[in-house]
Amino acid sequence: MKYVDEFRDPAAARALLREIATLVATLGASPARPIRLMEVCGGHTHSIFRYGIEGLLPKAIELIHGPGCPVCVLPMGRIDDAVAIAERPEVIFTTFGDALRVPGSKKSLMQAKADGADIRIVYSPIDALALARANPEREVVFFGLGFETTMPSTALTVLAAEREGTGNFSVFCNHITIVPTIKAILDSPDLKIDGFLGPGHVSMVIGTGPYEFVARHYRRPMVVAGFEPLDILQSIWMVLRQLAEGRAEIENQYARVVPAGGNGPALGAVAQVYELREFFEWRGLGSIDHSGIRFREPYARFDAERRFAVPSVSIADPKSCQCGEVLKGVLKPWQCKVFGAACTPETPVGALMVSSEGACAAYYRYAGARGNKLAEADAA
Amino acid sequence: MNDISPIAHPIARRRLGALSAQTVTLAHGGGGKAMKDLIDDVFVSAFDNPLLAPLDDQARIGLSDFSLHGNRLAFTTDSYVVDPLFFPGGDIGKLAVCGTVNDLAVGGAVPLYLSCAAIIEEGCPVDLLRRVARSMAAAAREAGVSIVTGDTKVVQRRACDKLFLTTSGVGAIPRGVDLAAGYARPGDAVLVNGVLGDHGATILAARGDLALDSPIASDCAPLNGLTAALLAACPGIRFMRDATRGGVATVLNEIAVAAGVEIVIDESTLPIREDVKGFCEILGLDPLYLANEGKLVAIVPAEDADAALAAMRAHPLGAEARLIGRVSERAESRVLMRTLFGGARIVDMLVGDQLPRIC
Repeated sequence: MKYVDEFRDPAAARALLREIATLVATLGASPARPIRLMEVCGGHTHSIFRYGIEGLLPKAIELIHGPGCPVCVLPMGRIDDAVAIAERPEVIFTTFGDALRVPGSKKSLMQAKADGADIRIVYSPIDALALARANPEREVVFFGLGFETTMPSTALTVLAAEREGTGNFSVFCNHITIVPTIKAILDSPDLKIDGFLGPGHVSMVIGTGPYEFVARHYRRPMVVAGFEPLDILQSIWMVLRQLAEGRAEIENQYARVVPAGGNGPALGAVAQVYELREFFEWRGLGSIDHSGIRFREPYARFDAERRFAVPSVSIADPKSCQCGEVLKGVLKPWQCKVFGAACTPETPVGALMVSSEGACAAYYRYAGARGNKLAEADAA
Repeated sequence: MNDISPIAHPIARRRLGALSAQTVTLAHGGGGKAMKDLIDDVFVSAFDNPLLAPLDDQARIGLSDFSLHGNRLAFTTDSYVVDPLFFPGGDIGKLAVCGTVNDLAVGGAVPLYLSCAAIIEEGCPVDLLRRVARSMAAAAREAGVSIVTGDTKVVQRRACDKLFLTTSGVGAIPRGVDLAAGYARPGDAVLVNGVLGDHGATILAARGDLALDSPIASDCAPLNGLTAALLAACPGIRFMRDATRGGVATVLNEIAVAAGVEIVIDESTLPIREDVKGFCEILGLDPLYLANEGKLVAIVPAEDADAALAAMRAHPLGAEARLIGRVSERAESRVLMRTLFGGARIVDMLVGDQLPRIC
């Protein structure tokens, strides 16, 4: 496939892997004392598993799968709120597909749909707005999910609804922002990370500037990375090179998509429509200051939370679930008490088992129920 | 010799009822003249065969008809609820015939007779039914089977979605043919008869809510000609299965579990159209899990692989047949894929439906 196959070339991969091995040797890392790199974004986690990248890397590199899967970090209480809105008879609740199976405290949206709620999968908030236009007697609610990647499309849709005067459209806003969470991870005492692969699609919107603190205050290298397997290998190589040269900088491997200054019009729409919440709860990570957004006052009527007065009860994660430790890289997915036993993609206990971008689901799907058998798979 | 003499029964030439109504109403399910006219006009005229024409409660078929082809009966049933009813490359009628024919054929059977039960939502245009019935008749002709009995029900609006079809099929399994997933052995070759994922991608695109224009068409086709050729060329064949819902990944997992073997496939050998690949890239889908309606997976002994491939390639529905992997020496029930990129990963069973990723 044009413009895709070029980024999946095995020969180029072998060359990069040789250079990576050389750098790892230079750095004196070993499987006992590995270099720990976190890929922040769930899209990267998905690619790493899909292409079997972890098995190709030297054992002295440990990849930690970060919190960048917006579906995975959605707390149970928010799913309960979504279900409560969706179950109102006047509501058509629209959502991206992968939020359907995330467990709430009583049920998932998929179960609510089976129980009779009018829940429909859409591929864009624009589709939800079209539904609102076509069903003027109903209330159409869009489940706003995702980082800065999807934030602008929700903002622009709200602006379009305002412009055309569509009154029966609102957004249940669960958009979150990644930067405060990276800071929280860096401040976490039980975490030692040597470098980061920065999110590609988020950065396409916000640029590379917001990550400068990672290099300046925390002295950690970060490389904003693309999603094809060669992008990921090259980004790992760039982080290692910084480490070898004693540098800590924000570099941009994904320059073909990510402009240093981000996307001005997208940022403009986001700033016009949203403001930061004081705090937002993340599944597994707890409450993180300024990590969520909500509608500004002039757009309050598009805010489903205010329109439908949702219960907003905070629900603790199940005790057995160790998603938090896995998200922070303290535990590998297969080291979680319930991984592969009580928690499987069919019966997810934690959200990391739900989305294909969640580390646990990726391990389970691509490495099997025992999770840690990648090496064996590679040797086959 | 011929103990299916009812074929020549004079009732077979009775006058068929005709329908003047444009849409189906509950009256057409009432059991009276309206229903009889609907059945005659739409189904009997299209299916046009002497076993069906008497419209008795059952089709009566001589056993010799089966024993001519084999010594065991194969019997299968499947329901079809596809949305939309018409899509590039096929429609619910063609699907209902091919799907059931294929379920018989991959078991090694010669498909012979089908039934057709239709559940029709009131308000369904009669012309739509005629189109579907004609399509079923054409597919049955292509497959060399007869639709010999059937049923129609009309239900209230919203009790079903326009039209649901159920077809059952019977066929005969030739003496000596014995296929099972559990027969897969280390070293066996894994073959497919052509490009993967066309049907699944076509249906997703045809639903229209993706606003993607795509030139992809369903691969819906009766495979009994191909399976007969394969059985003739490769009598030692272990197993065949059509890779419908859940795609090739699901079939391979079923084989791995049934035989207690590991199957290793090679991503670089998977035949997938460029536009299906692109479609999957955009939506975050894996073509290995997309449905096919004219593709099968065959497990054959290593030494028969070339003959089996040649036989498939000589058939119009197998021109792009490929060897995509092997059964490995490991006694572990799983499917492994060597990625294009040089890595390896497990290809697991899908839990639910494939849900597109959001970012």
